[in-house]
Amino acid sequence: MAEQEVILFGMCISPFSRRIELALKIKGIQYQYIEEDLSNKSPLLLKYNPVHKKVPVLVHNGKPIAESLVILEYIDETWQNNPILPKDPYSRAIARFWAKFVEEKILPTALKTIAAEGKEQEQIIEQVYQKLNFLENELNGKDFFGGGSIGYLDIVVFFIARAFQVNQEVTQVELISKEKLPAICKWIEKLLKIDVVNECIPPREKHIAFIRAHLEAAKSSSN
Amino acid sequence: MANEVILLDFWPSPFGMRVRIALAEKGVKYEYRDEDLRNKSPLLLQMNPIHKKIPVLIHNGRPVCESLVAVQYVDEAWNDKSPLLPSDPYQRAQARFWADFVDKKIYDIGKKTWATKGEELEAAKKEFIDALKLLEVELGNKPYFGGETIGYVDVVLIPFYCWFYAYETCGNFSIEPECPVLIAWAKRCMQKESISESLPDQQKVYEFVLMMRKNLGIE
Repeated sequence: MAEQEVILFGMCISPFSRRIELALKIKGIQYQYIEEDLSNKSPLLLKYNPVHKKVPVLVHNGKPIAESLVILEYIDETWQNNPILPKDPYSRAIARFWAKFVEEKILPTALKTIAAEGKEQEQIIEQVYQKLNFLENELNGKDFFGGGSIGYLDIVVFFIARAFQVNQEVTQVELISKEKLPAICKWIEKLLKIDVVNECIPPREKHIAFIRAHLEAAKSSSN
Repeated sequence: MANEVILLDFWPSPFGMRVRIALAEKGVKYEYRDEDLRNKSPLLLQMNPIHKKIPVLIHNGRPVCESLVAVQYVDEAWNDKSPLLPSDPYQRAQARFWADFVDKKIYDIGKKTWATKGEELEAAKKEFIDALKLLEVELGNKPYFGGETIGYVDVVLIPFYCWFYAYETCGNFSIEPECPVLIAWAKRCMQKESISESLPDQQKVYEFVLMMRKNLGIE
């Protein structure tokens, strides 16, 4: 078989980008990684994702795929070892439903905590908890969302959850509390013990520095 | 085992129309139930407790929510005929990408063409046409986004066609001169029974939009 060329355009802090790295590693796929400076996007990135101009973009044998959830399904269909999506249509629908919920409901609400203060921030934190609680119930005694092993939804949720935790170290905004979301906390700890997952976590100091820098920028732009 | 399929829907919803088309393409017999969104049925609230929205596809008692998820489910559960997604993984990825694009752009920007005025409206019209033009490039000179036959992106996008008249009339602009290829595609789609039977009359949609504008206190 002809050699397969796989390139990933990503950004080391981006949870969307990290999702793809984890999927590639789970499948044992060799790839070339290109780190993008999002304030100065490369001509190649703009060429491969002209519509959204974002990372991650996977380029497989010269053909680009954009949008992390789309890329995850592409990877699963192209490299069929260690499947990340279940085979059964209903289980697939459930996984896709929750992935959409994370992207369209949990994440945007969590982002609102950055600019909010005081009582308003408290209310938003409560909204995030209500939404995360659905995921807490979805885990329902399983080791992973995927069942006995890591699956699509684990990959989708993990880096977002991790970002929430690191964010808490900087801002003291607690979105994932052990008391209120014990199953999710246990699930995070379980994942952190897995080598391939650990390899994909943004370096802690870099992650914290990134959050700090963005907080500064957000504060100064609102003054 | 008997296949019991129920669709909880609301007649003007483009999201509901997607699922109607998918079921029609597959020749699936189902029970259509129109919801009163101001007085949601216990079944809807039970089957979609997270979002409390339509459409909800209920297959043998199990709910599938979110229209894109439901359309893919229909494609996979009834995989014996009329595939909506292509078989090649790269083409499937492209179809999913553009379906996601439609979801991110068309409804929200389209809404601004009837719900806003002044500068906001002008900006929305431009953004709307730009989005349609990108879709035209993707269509190219294929008869359908799916190629020779209707596919996933066709199903996802065509419901908005019955809303175009409302957008144009409220927003005071015309889509066809800007996007002739897309309108030709839409008319081609409307020749298909699975689509024409699933879309309400554009005049009815327009009247519905006028009622919504009134309720929102616009103009």
